[in-house]
Amino acid sequence: MTMNNIIAQRAALVEQAAAQMGKNIYNGTREKDQTARTENQKEGASSKVCTLEEAIRKSGLKDGMTISFHHHFRAGDKVVNLVVDKLAEMGFKNLHLAASSLQDVHKPLIEHIKNGVITEISTSGLRGELANEISRGLMEKPVVFRSHGGRGSAIANGDLHIDVAFLGASSCDAAGNACGFSRSENAKSICGSLGYALPDARYADKVVILTDDLVQYPNTPNAISEHDVDFVVEVESVGDSSKIASGAIRDTKNPRDILLAKQAAKVIINSGYFKNGFSIQTGSGGASLAAVKYIRESMIEQGIKASFALGGITAHMVKMHEEGLIDRLIDVQSFDKVAAESLMNDPMHKEVSASEYASADTPGSATHYLDIVILSALEVDVNFNVNVLVGSDGIIRGAVGGHPDTAADSALSIIVCPLLRGRIPCVVDEVTTLITPGATVDVVVTEYGIAVNPNRPEIAERLKAAGLKLVTLEQLRDHALKVIGQPDPLPFGDKVVGVVMNRDGSVMDVIKNIKE
Amino acid sequence: MQRLRRTMMFVPGNNPGMMSDAFIYGPDSIMLDLEDSVTMAEKDTARLLVYNALKTIDYGQTEMVVRINPLNTPYGKKDIEAVVKAGVHVIRMPKTETAEEVVEVEREIEKVEKEIGCLGRTQIMAAIESTLGIVNAYSIAVASKRMMGIALGAEDYCANLKTQRTQGDNPNFGMELLMARQMIVVAARAAGIDALDTVYSNLNDMETFRREVEMIKALGFDGKSIINPRQIEIVNDVFTPKQKDIDKALAVVAAIKEAEKKGSGVIAVNGKMVDRPVVIRAQHTIELAIASGVLKQEDIDNE
Repeated sequence: MTMNNIIAQRAALVEQAAAQMGKNIYNGTREKDQTARTENQKEGASSKVCTLEEAIRKSGLKDGMTISFHHHFRAGDKVVNLVVDKLAEMGFKNLHLAASSLQDVHKPLIEHIKNGVITEISTSGLRGELANEISRGLMEKPVVFRSHGGRGSAIANGDLHIDVAFLGASSCDAAGNACGFSRSENAKSICGSLGYALPDARYADKVVILTDDLVQYPNTPNAISEHDVDFVVEVESVGDSSKIASGAIRDTKNPRDILLAKQAAKVIINSGYFKNGFSIQTGSGGASLAAVKYIRESMIEQGIKASFALGGITAHMVKMHEEGLIDRLIDVQSFDKVAAESLMNDPMHKEVSASEYASADTPGSATHYLDIVILSALEVDVNFNVNVLVGSDGIIRGAVGGHPDTAADSALSIIVCPLLRGRIPCVVDEVTTLITPGATVDVVVTEYGIAVNPNRPEIAERLKAAGLKLVTLEQLRDHALKVIGQPDPLPFGDKVVGVVMNRDGSVMDVIKNIKE
Repeated sequence: MQRLRRTMMFVPGNNPGMMSDAFIYGPDSIMLDLEDSVTMAEKDTARLLVYNALKTIDYGQTEMVVRINPLNTPYGKKDIEAVVKAGVHVIRMPKTETAEEVVEVEREIEKVEKEIGCLGRTQIMAAIESTLGIVNAYSIAVASKRMMGIALGAEDYCANLKTQRTQGDNPNFGMELLMARQMIVVAARAAGIDALDTVYSNLNDMETFRREVEMIKALGFDGKSIINPRQIEIVNDVFTPKQKDIDKALAVVAAIKEAEKKGSGVIAVNGKMVDRPVVIRAQHTIELAIASGVLKQEDIDNE
């Protein structure tokens, strides 16, 4: 066979293979781009880098659509106000704002709600003036409250469809690789984990990263991948890191918190779950943090080590990890600067998304591997139901957070709550708003005694054997009534201002407006 | 069983929040104060608050003490009337200098008790806060059969002595109070009542506080007045018998039981003769151990 014949035969086979695969045949060469690649990596050379206004226009955002935000900068967040101000200026109306949580700093939303820019809100929490106004009936449509795990699931399964996500990041390159800290010398902010932003980045139709440190490609490691990012906007500041929480470890000196903490620590140590390899999550309240201090002492004394600490990671947990008492840290949200810096520097400190953290639909979510969680409460009722969202004055003043997720999935959930807050009783007949169902709550620790859910007789036995004083929630309620008296019923109106979703996507409770 | 008085916690009589839950921290005694922590303008309201607190709040097993204003003020008698009627366990007299003052307070208490029909219910303790009081410590301690204890009040005493309290970093720490403390303990023991030490008010220096508690325990005090729940744990820790002392005490008590069974008058433990002081000390150790929660009554009964 001649050379020409061989080539012709191969060409025929190529044609045949292409036809079978339904593909075109490669023809010709593409002209090579001769620009130095560093030029392409620069800001402006990337089609993704643009101004906020351009990003909004190009995203195709329309009136009535859903925009989303994360709250990793907590009280220091600047992204929500910056973006919504711009949207108002551009004339958008009827937007649905779906944030992982909202804080006191988001007070300017009140005006945007009044002007019709924002007509719907989904969030985990509401605080301050915004919460106050909404509790009094500011919005036509009720605010939808979800837990962190519940929000992750809702975004993944389409219950909560996000059109455009606006996500603040402490560093991002022109391609869109974004992160909650920055390794560049121009670093302006740090928030650590971007866990609550990850479902938005993955599932939103369009993703806009706002960053105050546009860094050289490639930004590594990255929490959010360029694959998920459509636009990158450089701004002056995405958040004030100092307002995430005070960075210093401070021991509470409040004797009541110390008492609650010691009791909670005793419950844990005698629960049967306090053994080598256990896992733990705690809140950031005074009593929770103090409990960690006493647990730490017992861990050292008994030579017990934890496999991981989960959740909002605090400086306390980082310290215990560095001491070798906790093997790994699993971080959906860094509660302070120490935690954020640890995430940046320590490979054993793992960042997870809200879904990997606490989704009910994901068998592998970290809460399913959690032994012990210590949680706080605004109110507990005699059926172990917990309210962490609505104050005893009927005004929204908290966040659902990971409360119902961790209570449901952990082996042992402990609620630490003073019986009396001044003249407010915290153990009541029925919670003002149901956030965490009693069936998922195992132990309630108050300064007047410890109550164990009748579903967990084995825990009650272990605690009794350790000499702890057990009471019933009815006894605690009666004691509070005796000291304080029966409070007047709250002056609720007839308008529903909030809807509380269970993490499985069902509606669990409603919040009514409070009258003056 | 004799009552333990390791900690007597001061609670201002004009602070309902603190009064309502002071007992949750587990002090042996709570002292609601009508005297120095209450301003003149609030004397009446505080008295009413303390009265109602004693009447309504369930303080459980806690011993309830009220520090009254001296009888030579316009408030003293009214204080006694209110708190005796409310059923207080102990009236604490401030700045006591002579036995006559105790007798006078006793007379007022009796008057009220007769009126409501509970003669002899209320006990008295006296805080001694001056040099004259220290000199008279024994006569004060035996001035009434109602006397349950005497306590030292160091600030006024030091001023009277023309000195001041030494700080923790001073090598002579506590020296200025040594004689007063010893007088109090000796007088109390001679009278068969309890001896309580003065407050330590620097809450930021728990180490010096612990040293002071160790010192007063060694001197023979039954306990200490405290001003913050955070001090309770340290006092209890110092006063809680150590395991080897408990084991020894249990052995002594077991030996007595054994001897009683056999009708033998002399007992020996580990080859050593055990005499009366040792037995008394052993019983006290066991009581302290039970009260501190490191020993259970069942454990002894099962021995």
